[in-house]
Amino acid sequence: MKFEIYRYDPEQDDKPYMKSYDIELEPSDRMLLDALIRIKAVDDSLSLRRSCREGVCGSDAMNINGKNGLACITRLTDLKQPVQLRPLPGLPVIRDLVVDMSQFFKQYHSIKPYLQNAEVAPEKERIQTPAERKELDGLYECILCACCTTACPSFWWNPDKFVGPAGLLVAYRFIADTRDHATSERLDDLEDPYRLFRCHSIMNCVDVCPKGLNPTRAIGKIKDIMIKRMV
Amino acid sequence: MVKRAVVGARYGLRDWLIQRVTAVIMAVFALLMLVVVLFHRPAHYGDWHGLFSQQWMRLASLLFLLSLFWHAWIGIRDILMDYVNSAGVRLVAQVGVVLLLAGYSLWSVQILWSLY
Repeated sequence: MKFEIYRYDPEQDDKPYMKSYDIELEPSDRMLLDALIRIKAVDDSLSLRRSCREGVCGSDAMNINGKNGLACITRLTDLKQPVQLRPLPGLPVIRDLVVDMSQFFKQYHSIKPYLQNAEVAPEKERIQTPAERKELDGLYECILCACCTTACPSFWWNPDKFVGPAGLLVAYRFIADTRDHATSERLDDLEDPYRLFRCHSIMNCVDVCPKGLNPTRAIGKIKDIMIKRMV
Repeated sequence: MVKRAVVGARYGLRDWLIQRVTAVIMAVFALLMLVVVLFHRPAHYGDWHGLFSQQWMRLASLLFLLSLFWHAWIGIRDILMDYVNSAGVRLVAQVGVVLLLAGYSLWSVQILWSLY
């Protein structure tokens, strides 16, 4: 199977280049990550991140034939050859397919991704009704792989100011959580022309999310709550 | 001054909402115009003149144009925020756009009410 992989080692290369690989696959190789591990056996200078190899850790996010996705859950049979692999767009490249995700996590931390509740904790747990719990479905599953945020032009232009789809999805996860008592502060924080309203609902995030989540819908719900608060 | 990314301008929702509302106004006016043109079939200058001599038509047209300019202001400002990095240049460009649109608004009034 034929591959073209983005290679860049800032210590040796003046600029990035695409390197071609043609490798024999075994019948057991089903996912793109399996093929990448075969390539790594031939050319151990290739750098990439991977860990759980089953779409849970979010480490092997990359740009696959022009679309962000996780190598470990991308079927080889679905890919057009030569398979072009590039690092996630919009983030600084450390080496080959490995990017510096600091800016992404900085935005994630900026929305305070934890439950804020000053009340005395009950003996067992904070109770939610099944309906209240159901609102968190489609939100808590985010694995922070950064596929969505790095597919978003608004994040490319303003990575230091726009929270990005992943961060906003998690922001809504805590706004929607009845056990969280910092809703007003969270809405205040996002009531900003850059942090939330750089989103123009182009839905690149929805298109690429390997977990099938919908950040655009979550962002829309944040706007709904803001409108309710305002009018 | 140290270079820091600052956010927290405390606006955004209002402009976003205004863009939606003005879009609805423009859509309604477009439909209205379609209906008027289909039913009245204005064929020559006199017909158009008669149509726009009516006060309600002028007011509706003005509402449409003001919606258009307000809508455009938010859209253009968003583009400037994305693509113009220097805050100084952005301010100058934004003031320029506001003045231009304000001029268009006054001009619209002049055009709509000078048809006699």
